[in-house]
Amino acid sequence: MTITHHLDDATLMSFAAGALPAALSAVAAAHVAMCPHCRSEVVALEGVGAALLTALPAARMERAEPTTPYAAGPTPSQQRGEASAAPMQSPTLLARLLPLGLDAVRWRWLGLGVWHHQLPVKGNGALGLLKVAPGRIVPEHGHGGSELTLVLRGSFHDTTGRYRTGDVADLDETVEHEPVADPGPDCVCLFASETPARFRGLIARLVQPWHGL
Amino acid sequence: MADLLRRVAERADTTAFRELYQTYGPRVKAYMMRLGADAGTAEDLAHETLLTVWRNAALYRAEKGSAASWIFAIARNLRIDRLRREVPWQQLPHELFEEASGEALPDAALAEKEQHARVHTALSGLPPEQHEVVVLSYLEGLSHGEIAQRLGLPLGTVKSRIRIAYQKIRTALEDLR
Repeated sequence: MTITHHLDDATLMSFAAGALPAALSAVAAAHVAMCPHCRSEVVALEGVGAALLTALPAARMERAEPTTPYAAGPTPSQQRGEASAAPMQSPTLLARLLPLGLDAVRWRWLGLGVWHHQLPVKGNGALGLLKVAPGRIVPEHGHGGSELTLVLRGSFHDTTGRYRTGDVADLDETVEHEPVADPGPDCVCLFASETPARFRGLIARLVQPWHGL
Repeated sequence: MADLLRRVAERADTTAFRELYQTYGPRVKAYMMRLGADAGTAEDLAHETLLTVWRNAALYRAEKGSAASWIFAIARNLRIDRLRREVPWQQLPHELFEEASGEALPDAALAEKEQHARVHTALSGLPPEQHEVVVLSYLEGLSHGEIAQRLGLPLGTVKSRIRIAYQKIRTALEDLR
């Protein structure tokens, strides 16, 4: 998997800071899990967090630190054994979101050649999967706010290039583009938008060209 | 600091752990308070952060960032989980560290010190309006949209300030990575 479309620098910093809205954070985490480049960016940006953390004036601790640290917890060496035994699959986050895998998703028909599956997310944003048949338009989630689209299967293209598995579209809200799914398997994307309002817009946009409006 | 973590991981060294606790406990507490926790909750979260450090010290990889970065990531995730309660599946840092990326720093211990010094210099060298958006992201946990609202700026301006700030920090770290 060669990833050519990455998260925007501003998105990466907000993600590393722990300030990205929940839905966007989920898509960013899924991309980071697949992308060594963005992973190393996140590590560097966690260094910024470390610098800010260590520069904070120390708060007074009310309680003394534990003299025998956490005797009840597992010792570090036990933990090491557990960790190496645990299967580390990439992307782990997707496995948690979709324990039965992509093929078990129950799709809801949205329009001609487009299906949707909503995922639970806290906060105001929308998180979900989109499945788009070849040649059909991948619905955008609107303008004026942040949105992220991560390709999980298949590919799509627009004026900004071709997006394959692992690529994320993190486009400035001012960019006008009309992504179209490529020939081959249905294109499946994980998408997030900052507000649910834009998600309603998404359905409207989808129906529009079909009805010739 | 990476050395202290290694002693905790390899020998369950309580002296090394106490040093980590005394260095980071009060700062993690300050971080949690800055992000809206009351003193009692903040201290509980600091305690829990260091508990995670104790338990997961063996999963720390020096070549994937400094010890302080790793502890920051643990504190950040705990903060998101407990104070924001929005991202139930935010990955623990060791899951990211576990996957090999094939990139390694030549001398982790030296790099840790050097990296910190450079990030500090780069941060303090930022113009106030760029420094502000970085601090609002990391220490107030504000999204781009929330920062735009707080400062009365267009979203695009907030994003471009963050991008420029990051580019300057990246340039400062360039030959270390």
